Amino acid sequence: MRSIGLFIDGLMQYNFLQTALITSILVGIMSGIIGSFIILRGMSLMGDAISHAVLPGVAVAYMLGINILFGASVFGILAALLIGLVASKSKLKNDTAIGIVFSAFFALGFILISLAESATNLHHILFGNVLAVSDNDLVTTAIVLAIVLIFVVVFYKELLITSFDNTFAQAYGLKTQLMHYALMLVLTLVTVTALQTVGIILIVAMLITPAATAYLLTNRLSHMMIVAAVFSVISSVIGLYMSYTFNWASGPAIVLTAAVFFSLAFLFSPKQGIIFKKKIN
Amino acid sequence: MINVRNMTVAYSGAPIFTDLSITFEPGKITGIIGPNGAGKSTMIKGILGLIHKQSGQVTLHDKPVSKQLKNIAYVEQRAALDLTFPINVFDTVLTGTYPNLGLFNVPGAKEKAASQQALADVNLSEFSQRQIGELSGGQLQRVFVARAIVQQADVIILDEPFVGIDMKSEAEIMSILKRWQEEGKTIIVVHHDLNKVTKYFDNLVIINRGIVASGTTSEVFTKENITTAFSGDLSKILFSDKEPEHA
Repeated sequence: MRSIGLFIDGLMQYNFLQTALITSILVGIMSGIIGSFIILRGMSLMGDAISHAVLPGVAVAYMLGINILFGASVFGILAALLIGLVASKSKLKNDTAIGIVFSAFFALGFILISLAESATNLHHILFGNVLAVSDNDLVTTAIVLAIVLIFVVVFYKELLITSFDNTFAQAYGLKTQLMHYALMLVLTLVTVTALQTVGIILIVAMLITPAATAYLLTNRLSHMMIVAAVFSVISSVIGLYMSYTFNWASGPAIVLTAAVFFSLAFLFSPKQGIIFKKKIN
Repeated sequence: MINVRNMTVAYSGAPIFTDLSITFEPGKITGIIGPNGAGKSTMIKGILGLIHKQSGQVTLHDKPVSKQLKNIAYVEQRAALDLTFPINVFDTVLTGTYPNLGLFNVPGAKEKAASQQALADVNLSEFSQRQIGELSGGQLQRVFVARAIVQQADVIILDEPFVGIDMKSEAEIMSILKRWQEEGKTIIVVHHDLNKVTKYFDNLVIINRGIVASGTTSEVFTKENITTAFSGDLSKILFSDKEPEHA
């Protein structure tokens, strides 16, 4: 495999490729961890929605020249609150509320980006271009990973019980709504960093595909988060390699790799894979 | 003692019950019975503050219940849970220590020992590392009773704990309820099987969109009350050839 040799040579030589590799790894870790909670809480659609809804925040941040984390957080939380409001104050179901709010935010984002007329490349925001990540972006990514890790370690117990048995948590007086919005806030931060590697449109795949793979292979939440992070990192690195070698957009390359891992787990997982299940029956 | 005064709960305008008042005594196992849709679970959720009340106060030891929710262990209906969740039996019981730990504290040696003991109390020690989806309905219910044990609450509320479980599990859960009763705890059980009412409960509340009757089981479990809350046919079957046994 000459191309792997070339990729490693490139890593030695080019600063941009090193930055891309480290960013991919950091994003892989955080999306595996947060993604585990997203799928256990049955919030895959919500994860998709929030990741799309940050687009106007990105645009506004570029216009005002502020860090995109702030812009994105504001719009991510705003979207989460609006979804909650529409779902609770009307007879509409949650998925409808999500569909309305996130598509509206996404549309607004498109218009704002075109108004911004900055160097921002819409294509990169939508599909990711990990090879163009700056050192500044890398620092931001590292900070977000630190926030994610602290959040999950400090609130592990609360995240576990609200994901597993929300009624029990409510019954003993835990502020489960607050937990929900805290998780949404962290999700928006993850989204902003993950849009560098996979782009807004495919972030949901980074959140749920490695986590779903891990879900099929593990029986404990802590193991699931670790395995999800590992699959996510491996997918990101392989995707980066393919992006560099074949000049593909990094997002689709990473997401397809993650999907291949999921397919393998789906077929061959010792406990839940359909092949083994057939044998047992 | 739990005291409910003038509780009204309505879903989208239509009240489930209006101005409901009831007292649950410590050291007693109180059964709540009533036909489907009578508002049994709604009453429990109203007490716990899980649903919005249009009016009413609920107190525990004469103080608002909302300030001492961790002192109530709630064993909800099993059907509501995701049994594929990546958690084993031991860790499920351990979540019963969360209410008293509060934020930022993690379960330590003491909490883990209590959870082991509670699992032993319900005869499930050997299953402690099993994923919860691998248990039978009865075993699973005992897991949630074990979780209520480690919470060490003064009040335990169980919503239909005996639905779809084996006789052995039912007997074991009943013996835990008796133990709690001897410890002076207030035990409230939403129940569906009218045959065992006199055997299981000291006190009984019959509801049907409001209180039909409440008091000691022997006073309340009568042909008239069952006819009012359920139907004449049912009470004919239940009380056809004998008066209810007195508990």
